[in-house]
Amino acid sequence: MNDLPAIVVRKVTRTFAVPGQTVVALEDIDAVIRPGMVTGLIGPDGAGKSTFMRLCAGLLVADRGEITVLGIDVRREPMRVQSRIGYMPQRFGLYEDLTVRENMELYADLQGVPPAERAGRYEELLKMAGLERFTGRLAGKLSGGMKQKLGLVCALVRQPDLLLLDEPTVGVDPVSRRELWNIVYRLVDRWRVAVLLSTAYLDEAQRCAEVLLLHKGRVIGQDDPAVLGRSMEGRTFLAAASGMGRRRLQSKIEAGPEVLDALATGRRIRIITRESRAPDLEKRGAADNIDISPAPPRFEDYFIARLKTDTGSEDARGKIILRNPPPAEGGDDDSVIVADELERRFGAFRAVKGVSFRVGRGEIFGLLGANGAGKTTTFRMLCGLLPITSGQCEVAGMDLREAAAEARGKIGYMAQKFSLYGSLTVLQNLQFFSSAYGLRAARRREQIRWALDTFDLDRYAGTESRMLPQGYKQRLALAVALMHEPAILFLDEPTSGIDPLARREFWAHINSLAEQGVTVLVTTHFMEEAEYCDRLLIMAEGEALAQGTPEDIKAMVRGGEGEDVDMEQAFIGLLESRQGAEAGI
Amino acid sequence: MSSVTFMRLRGFVRKEWLQIVRDPSSIGIAFVLPVLLLIVFGYGVSLDARDIPLAIVVEHPGPKAGSFAAGFYHSPYFVPLPMPTIQEAEQALREAKVDGIIWLRENFDRGYLRRSEPPIGIIINGLDANTARLVEGYVQGVWAGWIDRQAEEEGIAASVPVRLEQRIWYNPEVRSTDFLVPGIIAVVMTLIGALLTALIIAREWERGTMEAMLVTPVTVRDILAGKLLPYFFLGMGGFTLSTLMAVFLFDVPLRGSLWVLVAASSLFLLTALGMGLLISTVARSQFVAAQAAILVTFLPAFLLSGFIFDISSMPPVVQGITHLIAARYYVAILQTLFLVGDVWAVILPNMLALLAMALLFLGVVFKKTVKRLE
Repeated sequence: MNDLPAIVVRKVTRTFAVPGQTVVALEDIDAVIRPGMVTGLIGPDGAGKSTFMRLCAGLLVADRGEITVLGIDVRREPMRVQSRIGYMPQRFGLYEDLTVRENMELYADLQGVPPAERAGRYEELLKMAGLERFTGRLAGKLSGGMKQKLGLVCALVRQPDLLLLDEPTVGVDPVSRRELWNIVYRLVDRWRVAVLLSTAYLDEAQRCAEVLLLHKGRVIGQDDPAVLGRSMEGRTFLAAASGMGRRRLQSKIEAGPEVLDALATGRRIRIITRESRAPDLEKRGAADNIDISPAPPRFEDYFIARLKTDTGSEDARGKIILRNPPPAEGGDDDSVIVADELERRFGAFRAVKGVSFRVGRGEIFGLLGANGAGKTTTFRMLCGLLPITSGQCEVAGMDLREAAAEARGKIGYMAQKFSLYGSLTVLQNLQFFSSAYGLRAARRREQIRWALDTFDLDRYAGTESRMLPQGYKQRLALAVALMHEPAILFLDEPTSGIDPLARREFWAHINSLAEQGVTVLVTTHFMEEAEYCDRLLIMAEGEALAQGTPEDIKAMVRGGEGEDVDMEQAFIGLLESRQGAEAGI
Repeated sequence: MSSVTFMRLRGFVRKEWLQIVRDPSSIGIAFVLPVLLLIVFGYGVSLDARDIPLAIVVEHPGPKAGSFAAGFYHSPYFVPLPMPTIQEAEQALREAKVDGIIWLRENFDRGYLRRSEPPIGIIINGLDANTARLVEGYVQGVWAGWIDRQAEEEGIAASVPVRLEQRIWYNPEVRSTDFLVPGIIAVVMTLIGALLTALIIAREWERGTMEAMLVTPVTVRDILAGKLLPYFFLGMGGFTLSTLMAVFLFDVPLRGSLWVLVAASSLFLLTALGMGLLISTVARSQFVAAQAAILVTFLPAFLLSGFIFDISSMPPVVQGITHLIAARYYVAILQTLFLVGDVWAVILPNMLALLAMALLFLGVVFKKTVKRLE
């Protein structure tokens, strides 16, 4: 039976009615998901991944077309399908008032697992997920990664023939992410379970045996990710330059018409060209000291190239020109943010334990860490949203404890979620926030004009902001944070939940701001984004684990040997050596 | 029932039970709120007037005036404050130190039996119309009683042409507690049946647990039974608690049969559960669910059920609307069972109405609930 395709989708269309319009989530989809391996459903947010999963699980019915799961027509016999699959929705949302064990019991009851088989199954699953020691703990008290693993365990209490995982790794720390993947691999290896896993992280595609690429409700490709990557052979390069800032180098390279994409990774720039030819910088007289070498292509290169050429959204290199860039203050010390032995306690719990760092003018400084590492707490203390328990903290030369309001006038803040008024139009949001920042008369008008022009928001000025496309929401949020021309920008997980192209555009914006002297402090859980920062602070359990440039941090783990590690491996390495050190004590 | 169905049901019931026990907010709605409501309505809100401060001005003290004034001192309804002059008494009324003035004019001793000129002035603060009317009634009661006694003492018939003999049935002491507390039981059951159920299912949508559950091989019947059963028992628990408090704490008599009370309450609870489940088929966030449940079930149970406000004194249109409110039928049964007894002419039609509503709501819920996201 293993030769039977796990899922066959034929000519499937699914639309949703929202007030005033019909949204096409999936259009004329054809796909075959093969058994006994992991298939990745790859696509940016809003591509139709969740709709695809839900159609296969029988939670939604297609407008047109046919879906056969494990040889069964889902529309006609959803119950038969549901008795053979495991499904983990995006917000798994365990029963938080139930313990790990009780959650498992519940799903075993609902799935009709015979009591005699349970003990063995539980033991096996708990061991696989590393949750043996936590069976009595309430699910609500688990860390984010552990919750996700428990969700997976619950979807597996009865051995499924097909496992549907809807973005199981979103917001999970790298260590838990690796563990989740290991569980998935073991399922495939040991039981030949077919797995369909959706993700917006492009680096995860490489872990799949096959990927199904979705974009705007259509399948734009299905193949082995390595094969897709290889199709980019000859079009990918790495550039490095001595004596030139990374950002300047990037903008120089981007200027070439033959360059499709240029992205900072560490100190180097990764380039994708339109044709299999190296970028010709000499022609523009910009070749001094720039060293360009071919780089092995990756799946991400293929996907980005595909999206860029398909959507024609090549102008995603947005440059922001500030009307009044923050002046360079001629002090002896150009540190704009100084944190000295910063500490925060909540009762007996030390959320942040004596963290120190300095951020210079025009620097992009990243706070990296898993959920609960203390980065949001640190962040809030720096913006003056949370009182400091002990330690010193200066922002723009002001002590936050004394001049919090004044310091805040120099800070632009962009919160984790889209936190503007959804029912106000773009223009009304800009008007409201500009007056909230105390802008008046001519300056207010000019700044609103500037925001509409710079972020290309003019054509959406009268649109309710909740109706905006993702990327434009992001632009509006950034525009609002910049209304009062702050010298410092605080960004809390600014890119979570937006698609890779919008994310690149956003970083291009941030880079151009930094070039003009704006200091940027950013938290993120995307490891690849850590590479865009000038310097990083890696946090774990309230402590600073490591600090430095992305290259420094990778070198700490590499230990001087030539082997190339990426940021994620570096992060995991740091965490492991810390745990090792603790165990050694 | 097959063993698999039983296993699922057991799973559901155990899960709900553990959630109820561990989540302080459902305990709050199921047990703390009812106790609070009962105490507020049993002790705090009383529609009776008691211990009303009353100024008494006797312009010319004499034996008759003294004995009449004494009638107020012995009444449990008043706290009389003697005042020397009417001016002072009016000042006290203006400052809200007293709610009324009894003014015995100087000719009281001579003129009380003569009708020609009124020997007493009564001034009542009409700000609170309800209290004012009660004070008026009580004062008249005191006056009538005193006249009676005077007539007896003097051996003459009082010159009152018609004698009013009042008998108040079923609640001879006219204690408002006796009809408020049974009414509260209807509100409590609405809270647990409709509000709590709608909230808890909306929470399952919010946390995504509902989606995960829909993909397991459970049937719609399993899901609904899994919700109905635990919350039915929780609701009956709230009912038991409220009834015990009513009878033993507030001394409300229970004149009808207990089993009729339990049967009517079960029917009403099923109706409330049906409304709660119906709301949750539409409302998928706790905020919307709470608003819908409060507007559609809780407020009507409070305002339109006849529990506080008498239905027959409402405008005809509103009276018509009350027929759509399940709590109306239940309150009628509750008040009859507690205060009167098993009056089948009242209980049966109301029970039938409840049965019809329960069937309607649960029927719609079964039809509307699908194992899908739309």
